[in-house]
Amino acid sequence: MSKNTVSDRFRKVDVDEYDENKFVDEEDGGENQLGPDEAEVDSLIRSGNLMGALQAVLKNPPINTKNQNVKERAEGLVLKVLSAFKTSDIEKAVQSLDKTGVDLLMKYIYRGFEKPSDNSSAILLQWHEKALSAGGVGSIVRVLTARKTV
Amino acid sequence: MSYHSFLLEPISCHAWNKDRTQIALCPNNHEVHIYKKDGNNWSKIHVLKEHNGQVTGIDWAPESNRIVTCGTDRNAYVWTLKGDAWKPTLVILRINRAARCVKWSPKENKFAVGSGSRLISVCYFEKDNDWWVCKHIKKPIRSTILCLDWHPNNVLLAAGSCDFKCRIFSAYIKEVEEKPAPTAWGSKMPFGEVMFESTGTAGWVHGVCFSDSGNRVAWASHDSTVAVAEGGKTAVCASLTSETLPLLCVTFITENSLVAAGHDCYPVLFVYDSNKAALSFGGKLDVPKQSAQKGMTARERFQNLDKKATTDSKEAVLESVHKNSISQISILNGGKAQCAKFCTTGMDGGMTIWDVKTLESAMKDLKIV
Repeated sequence: MSKNTVSDRFRKVDVDEYDENKFVDEEDGGENQLGPDEAEVDSLIRSGNLMGALQAVLKNPPINTKNQNVKERAEGLVLKVLSAFKTSDIEKAVQSLDKTGVDLLMKYIYRGFEKPSDNSSAILLQWHEKALSAGGVGSIVRVLTARKTV
Repeated sequence: MSYHSFLLEPISCHAWNKDRTQIALCPNNHEVHIYKKDGNNWSKIHVLKEHNGQVTGIDWAPESNRIVTCGTDRNAYVWTLKGDAWKPTLVILRINRAARCVKWSPKENKFAVGSGSRLISVCYFEKDNDWWVCKHIKKPIRSTILCLDWHPNNVLLAAGSCDFKCRIFSAYIKEVEEKPAPTAWGSKMPFGEVMFESTGTAGWVHGVCFSDSGNRVAWASHDSTVAVAEGGKTAVCASLTSETLPLLCVTFITENSLVAAGHDCYPVLFVYDSNKAALSFGGKLDVPKQSAQKGMTARERFQNLDKKATTDSKEAVLESVHKNSISQISILNGGKAQCAKFCTTGMDGGMTIWDVKTLESAMKDLKIV
């Protein structure tokens, strides 16, 4: 009486998948997006051109692709560039970006928050403060509402 | 501008009568209250009780003096004034989710209701049966319709939806009107035809508005953007990302200027330049009172540090007129071509009437083209 002897597998069925009115995002064909160029960014960091590295790493964001590896690689690269900056240079770097650049930077910052590692949160928080003063609350709203994320 | 606090609860929706002496609003419950202007005060003259769920949309037809209301009880009622009382007529919308917004068409022979059933009900009066009948626009809507606006030609309808798109549909009902003339959005307009669909913006479309000529449509989206599209052979779209919280309602005040308001509690002006097809920020339309900066005593400083862990003397009080999000904006005088006054209501239960001329003179850089 106290033990359920009938299978309860039905409880694990995802009913939403069978809903005929389920909202499916439009496919945008992001199979060719490879993310920022690793070699180019690495060479720019090594040569000390951090502003250039930032511009380069924000190119080709893997927004439309479903391949998680590409996205992880892109995020790792961005984190490398952001950590290479000196605290005093962060503000100037953010000023050099245009509106879409600031929005994209915010997306990467929040993605970085999701998987914190040793010192990453502290660095990301500094970048977050400067990006917030440049992009305003609106840029954070756009991170939250974006259907296609980095 | 003049601010009047009607209630402590949010005002869900409001509508003005033709000469702007009466306002019908929903005080966040199942009823509609009609207030009449009495000098400087507002007195409640009617209470309309028929809905079984929150009233989500009210529209007052200026010429025929009829009110249409829609609510979460999946019904809409058309109210007519008989003597001293408003009598309701039920309209069967054939929807199985809540109704979200309702608008009379410019000629007042039809009205459209947007609902959570992912369709728009266009209702018209059938004389033979003495009954309101509705037709559905379903494709290609994929989520709740949040806002509607009619084109001046009485046929085209702009709808903003939760599937992140703003669309213009044809709501041509052959029983009540003639075939419409070609417009900037197209010439063939069978019922339910999509004349325009937006791309690019993400985020639910909270507010949509046609300009006075009908050639432009503006919408405000939840990703803190405002966009304007101009009809033509290929529709031209211009959007502006803003640094503020999302805007909930938008309206044209001249052919080139828009006013929008939302979660930041103050209205904002945007200017559209059709030559460059660009939208730009015009200015914040709230004039904050200059609070006297008192010098902080040492005691206050320590108290602040103790209580709030900050030495900042700025209080966490909103400086705007509205103390909570503004949910609806309506034009009072001048129409969408040369608006002289507009009104905003919000979640703080208050209503503010804004005068465009005084705003223009008060804010130095404001230019309403």
